[in-house]
Amino acid sequence: MRETFDNAWIIAKREFRAYFATPLAIVFLTIFVALTGAFAFYIGGFFDRGQADLAPFFAYHPWLYLLLVPAVAMRLWAEERKSGTIELLMTLPVSPMEAILGKFFAAWAFIGLALVLTFPMWITVNALGDPDNGVILTSYLGSFLMAGAFLAIGSFVSAMTKNQVIAFIIAATIAFLFTMSGFEMVQNAVKAWLPEVVTQAISSMSVLSHFERITRGVLEAPTLVYFLSMITFFLFATGIAVDQKKAE
Amino acid sequence: MGTLIEAHQLRKTFGEITAVDGISLTVQRGEVLGFLGPNGAGKSTTMKMITGFLEPDSGRATICGHDVQETPKLAKSKLGYVPEGAPSYSEMTTRAFLGFIAEIRGYRGAEIKQRIASAVEKTGLEPVLDQTIETLSKGYKRRVGVAQAILHDPPVLVMDEPTDGLDPNQKHHVRELIKAMAAEKAIIISTHILEEVEAVCSRAVVINRGTIVADGTAEDLLHRIRHHGAVSIRVPTERSDAAIRLLKDAKVVAGVETLGKANGHIHIRALPRDGGLEAAEVAALLRAQQIPIDELYVERGRLDDVFRQITTSDDQKRKTNGEGAGNA
Repeated sequence: MRETFDNAWIIAKREFRAYFATPLAIVFLTIFVALTGAFAFYIGGFFDRGQADLAPFFAYHPWLYLLLVPAVAMRLWAEERKSGTIELLMTLPVSPMEAILGKFFAAWAFIGLALVLTFPMWITVNALGDPDNGVILTSYLGSFLMAGAFLAIGSFVSAMTKNQVIAFIIAATIAFLFTMSGFEMVQNAVKAWLPEVVTQAISSMSVLSHFERITRGVLEAPTLVYFLSMITFFLFATGIAVDQKKAE
Repeated sequence: MGTLIEAHQLRKTFGEITAVDGISLTVQRGEVLGFLGPNGAGKSTTMKMITGFLEPDSGRATICGHDVQETPKLAKSKLGYVPEGAPSYSEMTTRAFLGFIAEIRGYRGAEIKQRIASAVEKTGLEPVLDQTIETLSKGYKRRVGVAQAILHDPPVLVMDEPTDGLDPNQKHHVRELIKAMAAEKAIIISTHILEEVEAVCSRAVVINRGTIVADGTAEDLLHRIRHHGAVSIRVPTERSDAAIRLLKDAKVVAGVETLGKANGHIHIRALPRDGGLEAAEVAALLRAQQIPIDELYVERGRLDDVFRQITTSDDQKRKTNGEGAGNA
């Protein structure tokens, strides 16, 4: 157990630093902070609402993540396979699980850093009014969990291909489907011809509905279980994909 | 414990193609095994199974007695591996990359520095320690690959074409390095440079179409060439008939070939019998008949010829059987 943690940690450190080897990391962090702010102020009507909360800020996170998280995840395995370093990594005394966890946590920490850098939003809203900081904290946690779920999807897709562009597009598409499945438009379309149970199942699979519940300040077990099982499932799938595809 | 690498009946197919078809071999401490074969013969696939990167369809491989599939971590901790092309994380500096490998290999604190220092010294990487690997020349990149493999001083070393694409000086350096480590390790290197086999390997295994077609020392392999050990002579054309007759009658000579004429001389080759043929014997025979000898030397077969002979005769057989074209 300790060895597993050590190895995953060593790999995570290397991966995290790898993000900063190119200007890409800075570009990404800047875009993330700028876009979350821009959405909150211009589209979410942060000032016009006259409410001291960060709801308009968090509301756009799922949509931003659709594009930004696959961009962070796409290199995780595709690059290893393209450059052949996967052969090096998999012949070091490291188990595939340690490598998968290490890489995932590095990417997750990177998104976490991006989220932390949005702290001016939190300062602003506290300066302007008297928001419920509990709700804000839960929302941040929810946003982080959602990013983790998208990242796990991205990790799986990245392990399926050597091509980072393909990894990006497919991961974004899968994440989009998971997001949309709770959307009213989709729900109405499905309700018309599918039994209630299926409709509910599809709805409960939706990232959006779980995330909305969290941003209202409700952090329930089912939502936690939902995000954590998404992560577990897709990391497990990553393991299978890495094993099957590593030799190609 | 002498046997450090053991492969037993390794087999691997990719779809319809059988890449490796029942390869077994053992490598002892102190041995450098040269793995020869044409491109696509299954060298790399075999090495990938021995190092545990690929799971064989059947068969097993052990490193220092540890099964690479059942106890992968134990086996891999005894192994240094330079995959084909010596891939490494190109955005890292040499120092950071070797530091990462050292940490993963379980070294901590001051030990990491020591390990890096010793690997760097052996591979001559000091000048590029703080350069990112992507900016290095091919020779240095390859040395980084070798440095990460020997960092933990493993008893088993597997290198896939370690000198491919290097200039003659760099090749020499890598070979010297291998020779220096040979005594206390079991080493497998794959190559298709045959001079390398003679230069560093104590044993050569030739594989073709996924099976072992020859196994022995470079000298053993050379004996497969019929003119290996033959005595070549040049005599004046007017005495050639006499010389040929004389050699044909000699007991120690298996056969005589005429290789060509030039400048009033003829070039004759006397093929050896199993017992071998001494140049002095041939010279004595000719001198007894006062045949002047302009040139006399013992031919050495070339490994290139052995290689071609072993790896193409098989293909020709297939062609005549009507299986011809198909997978390259």
